Amino acid sequence: MSEKKSWEDLELAIELPPATSLGYKTGGWRIVRPVWNAAECIHCMICVAYCPDMAIPAEKSEEGTVGKGGRVFKGAVRRETNFDYCKGCGICAHECPTKCLSMIREEEAEQAACKVPGEV
Amino acid sequence: MNDVYEVRMHGRAGQGAKSGAQLLAEAAFLEGKYIQSFPEYGSERRGAPTVAYTKIAERVLRSHEPVLNPDAVLVLDFGIMRSIPVAVGLGQDGILIVNTKVCSSEIKQLAGFDGPTYGVDATGISLELLDMDTPNVPMLGALVKLTGVVKMESLESVLREYFLSKIGAEKVQKNVTMLHRGFDEVSA
Amino acid sequence: MGVKKAITGAQAAAEAMRQINPDVVVAYPITPQTPIVEHFATYVANGIVDTEMVPVESEHSAMSAAVGAEAAGARAMSATSSQGLALMWEIVAATPGLRLPIVMPLVNRTISAPLNIHGDHSDVMGVTTLGWIQIFSENAQEVYENLLLAIRVAEDERIQLPAMVNQDGFITSHAIEPVEIYDDDKVRAFVGTRSMERGLLNVAHPRTIGAMALPDYLLEVKRAQEEAMSRVFEVYHSVAKELSAITGHEHPLFEAYRLDDAEAAVVVLNSAAGTAKVAVDAMRDRGMRVGLLKPILFRPFPYAEIRDALKNVSAIGVLDRSMDFGAYAPVYSELRNSLFELDKRPKLQSYVFGLGGRDILRGDIEVVFDELLSGSLDPERQRYIGLRG
Repeated sequence: MSEKKSWEDLELAIELPPATSLGYKTGGWRIVRPVWNAAECIHCMICVAYCPDMAIPAEKSEEGTVGKGGRVFKGAVRRETNFDYCKGCGICAHECPTKCLSMIREEEAEQAACKVPGEV
Repeated sequence: MNDVYEVRMHGRAGQGAKSGAQLLAEAAFLEGKYIQSFPEYGSERRGAPTVAYTKIAERVLRSHEPVLNPDAVLVLDFGIMRSIPVAVGLGQDGILIVNTKVCSSEIKQLAGFDGPTYGVDATGISLELLDMDTPNVPMLGALVKLTGVVKMESLESVLREYFLSKIGAEKVQKNVTMLHRGFDEVSA
Repeated sequence: MGVKKAITGAQAAAEAMRQINPDVVVAYPITPQTPIVEHFATYVANGIVDTEMVPVESEHSAMSAAVGAEAAGARAMSATSSQGLALMWEIVAATPGLRLPIVMPLVNRTISAPLNIHGDHSDVMGVTTLGWIQIFSENAQEVYENLLLAIRVAEDERIQLPAMVNQDGFITSHAIEPVEIYDDDKVRAFVGTRSMERGLLNVAHPRTIGAMALPDYLLEVKRAQEEAMSRVFEVYHSVAKELSAITGHEHPLFEAYRLDDAEAAVVVLNSAAGTAKVAVDAMRDRGMRVGLLKPILFRPFPYAEIRDALKNVSAIGVLDRSMDFGAYAPVYSELRNSLFELDKRPKLQSYVFGLGGRDILRGDIEVVFDELLSGSLDPERQRYIGLRG
């Protein structure tokens, strides 16, 4: 958390830099997260279009990337979800035609190695 | 128990921190206690961090300060501990209950708290029974088991009264089940 | 030297706006403001100004559009009265917090109910807590000059706050008086153009305005806004000095009229101050030591300066053209507050007058002076000038 400013340091009371939402990472809101199985992906771009947070990066790839059935997909390809902004809504997994996206509990992903220390 | 028993719930909007704090207060009220319960509102959208307070006392509560030195802290979202110092003001004799599958030393570290720390998979219970993430009720079950601050029967009747008209008998029963699962499944 | 024209207060405001040449004017008609925008619209239609005139369906939209234009970097103006001000209240309240220096002529008219189109100050006195600079004008000449002054004070980089320039509905807005309109080139050089520095269309310096401020920041934001308001006095003085070079006379925070050796004084805003001057002169002719203090800058209120100007007066009557039901009338409150710090406080009397356009006559003010000089005063009970029964 950044240090809060004094009133004397506020620019014209409350002018802020532009595009402040970029600095507001909403990834922490996730209860579940999408796991992408690239080996089953056909790079159809449906998840990219449906993601309400634009958290699935897509780019143009000349050399292509290996997807479903070992096929090389060229042109527009998706990359790993940007977990800084993905809120875990699951729309991508719902829409995915090859079911290469699945939702798992955030805690499982983060805390797989957690041990129980003792009794109450 | 102190003169005033104070609980602070940290969650994310939509997880029911406000309702949880209110349910707890109403249960204590049924038992003839003086109570206060209020949330701190941030951005009003699902997912944003929220805080809600419950105060329970044998005497009238006049102060409207937030809870700065809680007796118990309930963390409804595991990940929130990365950005919010949930244990601030929580004394060594207080308790911390976290919505987590497994309570690890990592949690104490994350929370910055050395005292008694407990975990209950409230999200898991809620997803299993209601297919949605409303961990507040199982967390209350855990709190009752660990502190006895109110009776389970009081919370049950408040749950029935609070939810019946909103969600119907079947889901109310599921909430009561959630309450007991939280009571039974909390562990250190 | 300028050109003398026989025009109304409304036209005087329109003349000032012509010379200010705002980028955007957004307004909705309401009596008695309408002739300001009507006259200005002919300047737009005839290509005399470069203004984009935006017709809207309500005053709420008028101020909203003005805020949008001002935020974009334009110099935006509106004008209104009474119910129109009431309808735009929400955006009027937001403008100072956004630090947008919109200047708006306000033609004072009583707030309904009862419905009444005539002049009193119940409209403006309902918005004095919102953070606009408030300037009052005795006559059409002052309307014109105060608008020129206001635009420079409001837009000064140290201030960046909106300003209202008040004039009495009908009494000033619809009365034809000689007004000296100063040389266009000189005035245009004085008012300049608004700096694009803060404009949202200034793509070199993108920024966010109007962001939310929760309990952890709102106090700091408002404290900073108050700081800007407190700087108005020094900026007002320096802008007034520049304006004096054009007008040939001073532009003080308030006018002290024959106050130097006065035993009794009245304090009154806007057009009634002119009538009060006539009463003062008449009584001075009869050997009575009376004077007038006419506040011009009402927000921020110059407490210390007014206290100093009145410190030797033994009885003061404050004439309010509006009421604050269940409380001291607005101008009277400020005077009481201002004089509280004096070791030897004068005797005070509150008078309510002129509501809904009721005439105030020279004789009424002479009666006030008689009461002040006789000492039969009750500072806790307001009196009503011309009340039947």
